[in-house]
Amino acid sequence: MTKYRKILLDPLFNENPIAYQILGICSALAVTSKLETSIVMSLAVIFVLTFSNLSVSLIRKHISSSTRILVEMTIIASLVIIADQIIKAYAYDISKQLSVYVGLIITNCIIMGRAEAFALKNPPGLSILDGLGNGFGYTFVLLFVGFFRELLGAGKLLGITIFTLNTEGGWYNPNGLFLLSPSAFILIGILIWVIRTWKPEQVEEE
Amino acid sequence: MLEHHISLFIKSIFIENIALAFFLGMCTFLAVSKRVETAIGLGIAVVVVQGITMPVNNLIYQNILKEGALSWIGMPNMDLTFLGLVTYIGVIAAMVQILEMTLDKFVPKLYNSLGIFLPLITVNCAILGGSLFMVEREYTFAESVTFGFGSGAGFALAVIALAGIREKMKYSNVPEGLRGLGITFITVGLMAIAFMLFSGIQL
Repeated sequence: MTKYRKILLDPLFNENPIAYQILGICSALAVTSKLETSIVMSLAVIFVLTFSNLSVSLIRKHISSSTRILVEMTIIASLVIIADQIIKAYAYDISKQLSVYVGLIITNCIIMGRAEAFALKNPPGLSILDGLGNGFGYTFVLLFVGFFRELLGAGKLLGITIFTLNTEGGWYNPNGLFLLSPSAFILIGILIWVIRTWKPEQVEEE
Repeated sequence: MLEHHISLFIKSIFIENIALAFFLGMCTFLAVSKRVETAIGLGIAVVVVQGITMPVNNLIYQNILKEGALSWIGMPNMDLTFLGLVTYIGVIAAMVQILEMTLDKFVPKLYNSLGIFLPLITVNCAILGGSLFMVEREYTFAESVTFGFGSGAGFALAVIALAGIREKMKYSNVPEGLRGLGITFITVGLMAIAFMLFSGIQL
């Protein structure tokens, strides 16, 4: 039982895909200017990651090592097309805001990385857990960054005003920098700092 | 016409830098920027792959996938754009494979120093992202060549600059929890702010 729990929960803080394994950073930065887009993106990634891990794991004994990357890419690309079409059908506005980044889940290294590092060597059940765990680890970082960027940049959360802006007679002077791209880097840097101060064993040797 | 291409080239290197303005190719960007030498190798690889795949994908999009593009074989109502993702990534994977074999044969030193990161160019979002932007912005074939090389060069510039900064940073006293990845993120954030200065330029 502890083994399953470890596979599911380790990616949250101990081996967080973004903060520790340096995987899947591009989309984490680009879609997080609002909490809403962060949530949709996270759901899409969890979906693709879980099912790609499952599919790769199911056929792992039939893939030859020289063609494995092509096979994995094809599986992942098909899953992403499904996710993309679903988002386009049910959340068209958000799909416009996410622009090319849904398609870029294909090249999100978390998915490829987990397929290579885990699903190729482990049975389907464990691979699903690994997919879910890493998906949640990714979600955690996206929500963290999305939360602070929308709150500090626009004074809102999910489009609902939390801090009344001074342009509307309130007290909060929004920090526009948080809506721009560089703030995401700095927020993730700070998050990594916090995690590594809490868990010093993650600090890299220079 | 030439003016248009030059301005597109400059724009894709500085103003819309694919790494620092659109966050594409971050994984390799952060992982391979420890030393300037390897960063240069990666930069060259990205320029080459980007410069080849983008025009190829453009041809495929214009002649096969685009709505109505198949009228030359008598199917004017066909719209295959939903197959775009899987096609582009297939082209990219094939190109990377060819590049890998070529490098292994002719430049083994570069091949060894790039190591695992050459296959990872397949999953480098800068390459696929470039192709997707090319489709979204409806570039012509000639524009896609310019944009391919320009965005590749922009990525190379950013990764080499970051590697230079990180080499110098070895000598500075960074707080313990920030060492390595943490301070790199913050450095990239500051670089991105610096690159935003270009965004006011009108071409």
